[in-house]
Amino acid sequence: MGLLEIAGLAKRFGAVPALVGLDLVVEEGEFLALLGGSGSGKSTLLRLIAGFEAPDAGSILLGGQDLTAMPPHARPLNMMFQSYALFPHLSVGDNVAYGLRREGTPRAERKARVAEALAMVGMQELAGRMPHRLSGGQRQRVALARALVKRPKLLLLDEPLGALDANLRERTGFELRALQRRTGASFIMVTHDQQEALALADRVAVLEQGRLVQAGPPRAVYERPATRFVAGFLGAANVLEGTPDATGGLDCPGLGTTLRAAAPMPAGTTACGLRPERIALGHPPGGANTASGVVEDLAFRGDDSLLLVRAAGGTLLRVSHAEEDGPPPAIGSTVTMGWEAAAVVPLAG
Amino acid sequence: MRRLPLLVPALWLAGFVALPLLVVLVLSIAQPGPGVPPFLLPFAWEGGLVLRPNWEPFGLLVADDYYVSAFLQSLWVAAGTAALCLVLAFPMALGIARAAPRWRAPLLMAVLLPFWTGFLPRVGAWIGLLRDEGWVNGVLRGLGWIDAPLPLLYSDLALFLGMVHAYLTFAVLPLYASLSRLDLTLEEAASDLGATPATVFRTITLPVAAPGALAAFLLVFIPAAGEYVIPELLGPPEALLVGRALWQEFFQNRDWPVAAALAVALLAMLILPIRLFQRLEARR
Repeated sequence: MGLLEIAGLAKRFGAVPALVGLDLVVEEGEFLALLGGSGSGKSTLLRLIAGFEAPDAGSILLGGQDLTAMPPHARPLNMMFQSYALFPHLSVGDNVAYGLRREGTPRAERKARVAEALAMVGMQELAGRMPHRLSGGQRQRVALARALVKRPKLLLLDEPLGALDANLRERTGFELRALQRRTGASFIMVTHDQQEALALADRVAVLEQGRLVQAGPPRAVYERPATRFVAGFLGAANVLEGTPDATGGLDCPGLGTTLRAAAPMPAGTTACGLRPERIALGHPPGGANTASGVVEDLAFRGDDSLLLVRAAGGTLLRVSHAEEDGPPPAIGSTVTMGWEAAAVVPLAG
Repeated sequence: MRRLPLLVPALWLAGFVALPLLVVLVLSIAQPGPGVPPFLLPFAWEGGLVLRPNWEPFGLLVADDYYVSAFLQSLWVAAGTAALCLVLAFPMALGIARAAPRWRAPLLMAVLLPFWTGFLPRVGAWIGLLRDEGWVNGVLRGLGWIDAPLPLLYSDLALFLGMVHAYLTFAVLPLYASLSRLDLTLEEAASDLGATPATVFRTITLPVAAPGALAAFLLVFIPAAGEYVIPELLGPPEALLVGRALWQEFFQNRDWPVAAALAVALLAMLILPIRLFQRLEARR
């Protein structure tokens, strides 16, 4: 039995469905990332779990206790808000103490736990500051301390790194994961940033239009995306359309070749995913899983260059060229490409 | 050339604020006299500038219980009006701020509309409602609840009804501005941390809106302290407020220096709340 069990959860706003019968189980001590674009329903799901919205159908169980009809203040879980939502009229220490005050924690214990929570995020020296005198990174830490001080079994995080600048984001991400391991709480993080989701979470759940389209460990979701949407969303893979042939391959006239996966493709497959970094340049032409094309454009990205290659049949392929393989081919030159069957991922839907 | 836009407000302030204020200040230390206008200037040119300030009017204000009680009553009426406005305006402003966006403009309009109608007709309407043969007494008598008309008009009740009605808008608008800016996720965060709705209101909504509430209070208190028309038309005859005292000195006793001294004293008393209000606005 998981810590959090969500079954058949549905919610619509007016005529717009936000969630359509969603099932999800989160294990104790798990770090789950809810990944999706805007309008995918990921934030709605978080707000339903926290109790700020009431579902139209379905149930939410936390540790076997039915939360569905419980008001937010009675739910034994906490949330860290995207805007941090620090109380502007209370000091850092009083912000963190707020949740303990509501429980009537005795003064001495409250002080100790506030100090402990602030120390956990390295903010113990700033307990007396007012929120408007904190930097963005400091606010984020206070919000985290405030959400963790009640020692919830489940912490919800709405875009926890979204408001931080790039160099702070990486460090804070590592700290977030360290905190999650230290507290042993389950974290559910909402994000639209696939790299953030892949880097931090034990499991990634991809939402599209109010549906859970795929959930699994980051590597599995990244390498074997289940649908076109997931393939496109995670790391921007090439999605190649074609018609299935009799031998379990996918005939792609736009690419001028037939795609073959490691195993025969399921019947009815009409698209495959192929990651830019799995395509090798200079591969001898001819046969399945090879193509040739003209380099249309090139973007240097530091450790690699991204090439846009127009295949003979007209399809535009994104190809990654690693720096250690020497200078990338020039714009306008013709290149041959090849890839392993294992790199070809049949996509559903 | 870049200072040109500042010239208009500067001239306006000089001509219509600073100069009249100076006139009042000079008047307040002038000698009352029999002529037209009925005072002698506190300075003269007799081969050199000779100052003859007369401090008697200010001495009179402090010494005479009549004026002291007028000030106390004015402060009491202003504070009472401001407090009543605040209590009424808070739920109104909160309701408008939390209404669906398409309802906010019409609801604000409904608050502003009486403010835009003439001031005297509104006071007149209260007279029509509250006098002995008025609508309220008529209805109560028609229902058989009373035999003789209730003395509603020229009472503290009528005074405060008229004052609150006239000044309510001043309280609703700053409160609405403050409450509509209140980030609702603050309340969600509080309830997430275990606060019941009542506790959320007490510990988050009220304190965060407090500067707006103080602004609303002062915005009503400051003009209400000098109000003359409403107490005169609706209030009890024994209600002696600064406005009425000033009127009597000026028009009935023709003692312009005392009238001017009353005005100066009222302004001096309001400087503290005005400064408080300005600091509050600067912080927002």
